[in-house]
Amino acid sequence: MSGIFNSSIGRKFAMALSAFFLMIFLLQHFAINILSVFSEEAFNSASHFMGTFWVVQYIFQPVLIFGVIFHFIMGFVLEIRNRNARKISYVKNNGGANSTWMSRNMIWSGLTILAFLVLHFIDFWIPEISTKYFQGDMTGLLPDGNFRYYEELHHKFENPLRVAAYCLAFVFLSLHLLHGFNSAFQSVGANNKYTKGLKGFGKAYAILIPLGFVFIALYHHFNH
Amino acid sequence: MNLTLKIWRQKNANDKGKLVDYKISDVSPDMSFLEMLDVLNEDLINKGEDPVAFDHDCREGICGMCSLYINGEAHGPDRGVTTCQLHMRMFKDGDTIFIEPFRATAFPVIKDLVVDRSSFDRIQHAGGFISVNTSGRPVDANNIPVNKHDADEAFEAATCIGCGACVASCKNSSAMLFVGAKVSQFALLPQGKVEATERVLNMVKQMDEEGFGNCTNTGACEVECPKGISLENIARMNREYLAASLKG
Repeated sequence: MSGIFNSSIGRKFAMALSAFFLMIFLLQHFAINILSVFSEEAFNSASHFMGTFWVVQYIFQPVLIFGVIFHFIMGFVLEIRNRNARKISYVKNNGGANSTWMSRNMIWSGLTILAFLVLHFIDFWIPEISTKYFQGDMTGLLPDGNFRYYEELHHKFENPLRVAAYCLAFVFLSLHLLHGFNSAFQSVGANNKYTKGLKGFGKAYAILIPLGFVFIALYHHFNH
Repeated sequence: MNLTLKIWRQKNANDKGKLVDYKISDVSPDMSFLEMLDVLNEDLINKGEDPVAFDHDCREGICGMCSLYINGEAHGPDRGVTTCQLHMRMFKDGDTIFIEPFRATAFPVIKDLVVDRSSFDRIQHAGGFISVNTSGRPVDANNIPVNKHDADEAFEAATCIGCGACVASCKNSSAMLFVGAKVSQFALLPQGKVEATERVLNMVKQMDEEGFGNCTNTGACEVECPKGISLENIARMNREYLAASLKG
């Protein structure tokens, strides 16, 4: 077992495990956000539960932050190592003849998602942490006695520039997932006669989940 | 056909190298790509110039000796063929053709279009074999039953000729298709299972030491492989490696 994560296959395995974790998190995030379209009350209840339940806050949240940071750092490490494996480039290279744009540009779609995450943290996560852990307000209530979660989400998507930035980021997330989903399965060795159906499922996930997030942003923007 | 060739010329491993333009006329569409280069070299020799150095041997797509990155693709624009099987009918009159060596830190250029692929040999030496006692009374291999599906997959993996097109095509210069094929051809057969654990660990260790990149599953290797080696071999190697790491 020793040295596995110092090997090329071990590093890819670790990258895939963090990707699986993030893809499951994304699904859970979407499941809660889509509630805001159907029921303000359900969205508020789910948000309050996620924001105050100790298992989510003190176990899942730190693991998630570690997973995100690990995925990005490992992505950069692999990119640097891979660039060193060909120090002199081809004068003429026809990459489009044998591979998809998404597969060749994971670092760029990943960097776009990283930039979006900075915006997303400033928009939602930092104010949330500040309210709960610095101001000590764990009630999740507005002065009028109603939950604040739906109001905050609805208000954020009033600004068309923010909505445009979110939509653009989700396009890049979709491009990242279109390669990343099946790539993660390949990295853990799940590519054989039994896993043919995964490719179609991966494409559906990569398109439908980001599309769903875009729908949520647009829904709140046009319902003011 | 009249063509313009932009060929990588490099005197030796330490030379910086550059693309040099050559005009070549009356090229028959029925010539192989290497025959076209032979004609160019005859012309260069007649002029007293240094001929273009390139690798070749069987010229039947079997030996894995020929290479060349032609118009941005390993073994050129045709599919399922090596450079020696590529014909000039794949090009049009008046075309400009870029001809470069396979590029990878682990494949240093020796001269012009010739690269040193001995890193593949060292990976093979690290475990790409089975140990068989040939003295005494060896058991005939045909006496050991092998599942037809496994036999077919092992045979397909064994068709890898080790040309290096996978490394050349991969944006990361990863050798995982080559190593995956070599691991698979033994891992699928009973004779290979005996040394399976140490084989995959040693071959992957050697691959990493040679300076090949990490596979990011772009699939370029599978598309450009002249023998159609499948990405499933990389997945199988990953499984073998992870299982071997847990054991070891």
